[in-house]
Amino acid sequence: MDAPLPIEALAEIGVETDTRLYLDHARRHARRHGYDRWTLVDIDAHHVESISWKEIVDFIEDPVLRDQAKAYHAERVGAPPYGLVGDFGLRYQDCGGRIPHQADRRERVEPGPHRDVVLTRRAMEALAVAYMVVFPTSMLFLGMHPQPQMEVALGRAYNRWVEATLLAGDAGILALAYLPFNTPEEALRVVEESAAHPRVVGFTVTSTRYKPVHDRAYWRLYRAIEESGKPICFHAGYHWQDPSLATIPTFLGMHALGFVWCNMVHMTNWILEGIPERFPRLRSLWVESGLAWIPFLMQRLDDQFLMRPSEAPMLKRLPSEYMAERCWYSSQPMERGNPKALALTFEMIRAESQLLWSSDWPHFDFDTPGVIYDLPFLSEAAKRAILGGNAQRLFGLPDRRPPGPGGA
Amino acid sequence: MAEYRVAREGDLAEGEKRVFVAGGVEIGLFRLDGRFIAWRNACPHQGGPVCQGRIFRRVIAEAGETGRPAGRRYHERDVNIVCPWHGAEFDIRTGVHVGSGLLRLAPVATLLRDGAVHVAIADEVEHGDGA
Ligand code: FES
Repeated sequence: MDAPLPIEALAEIGVETDTRLYLDHARRHARRHGYDRWTLVDIDAHHVESISWKEIVDFIEDPVLRDQAKAYHAERVGAPPYGLVGDFGLRYQDCGGRIPHQADRRERVEPGPHRDVVLTRRAMEALAVAYMVVFPTSMLFLGMHPQPQMEVALGRAYNRWVEATLLAGDAGILALAYLPFNTPEEALRVVEESAAHPRVVGFTVTSTRYKPVHDRAYWRLYRAIEESGKPICFHAGYHWQDPSLATIPTFLGMHALGFVWCNMVHMTNWILEGIPERFPRLRSLWVESGLAWIPFLMQRLDDQFLMRPSEAPMLKRLPSEYMAERCWYSSQPMERGNPKALALTFEMIRAESQLLWSSDWPHFDFDTPGVIYDLPFLSEAAKRAILGGNAQRLFGLPDRRPPGPGGA
Repeated sequence: MAEYRVAREGDLAEGEKRVFVAGGVEIGLFRLDGRFIAWRNACPHQGGPVCQGRIFRRVIAEAGETGRPAGRRYHERDVNIVCPWHGAEFDIRTGVHVGSGLLRLAPVATLLRDGAVHVAIADEVEHGDGA
């Protein structure tokens, strides 16, 4: 018999790999550089709510709809989640088996706390994150539902399930309440009901929808959000049936544009129609469109505005000034191909106060905190702000340690 | 420079890989064309555990003679290690990303001695992120 080799074997990563092993390199990076002792806030991570949909439909308030949903899930084996509209692009996200964590996470979870709480805590531990804001996945398409009342019913059920399950599971897990934005009075009701919850740190509009954000129908909603002191967030998404994306043959191309385009349209309306002037204390947060679109839109809107100010008479300053001072941005997926362009982007968007790091874990284009920590042009104070301090200020969060050994 | 004996020659069949820690450094060892090739298990994209990903044959597409696309197919010989974090693909023989020469895996020297594969690790290698 040979003597055993003096090495430690590392297994191939697959859908069964524990999140902490999957992200072990991120954890070691944090430890080696010492930022695991900072308060990191990940303002955009996801759980897969469709796996728990059977539980979520139990929270539907309408008794008839609830019974129908439960009967459907009891008897239709292998059926997609009741009432959800997905996008078939979701099927391509793992790139044909190349990115296992995007396909599924079948790691072992012991009986006890809800699976999504356990998986979220594991990701927090691995990414050295003290607070993680958790968003849904398939529900990012719910704004495209042909029945607005379903967006209301499912959005409300989801909010109640999140409070009862995820937010109750760990003090570091936070959420932004889902707003059924196609029905403004119902969106207002969500704000009124959930504004006081300490772990509901804001309100989400899923950006994949065809509603003008400047419509007068939203003014009461915006006033209520402004008064709550919590931000409104536009979480981007794609929709391959959007006519403007219909010619694109690949997920790569459709996803690259789709995740930016919806927020570019909403931001254009938000600024040119003067929402920051109408609601001066309303803070808006623009999530998951990366960063490169922001300098483009700043320049484009400024350029056009100077020639046609009579069409945007609410504005007292340049569009780019509102975008840099009155809007906050999540970083992921941060375009890093041109360091000079990235440094200029940080300067233009005033990243030291307006930028919030986000991971988007477990999606295929997630960012570790290392993407911010390793930037050569940032001071340590700026890194601390972007990785957590700015989010702590925006959401009113005290210092906290990540979960795991020696942590929360 | 420290040397570590990491596998017996017969441990890996053609096309197989092993990933391990030797001297505090994570290394992926591949066997292709009968040779042993080793890369650091650190992806130049975001530092992911690239060698712990799956192996895929390279996908190619060539324009047909008339310029009409001939469709996608697999390359007969080229195989890639695909980083499980975000899917970056590196040619196992060259360590170069299939779409950009800017991303390259860091090589580790291998040598075959007495029927065993050894890797040589420079003393100045920074141990830490598994990188
Ligand atoms: S870290 Fe390897 S693909 Fe991103």
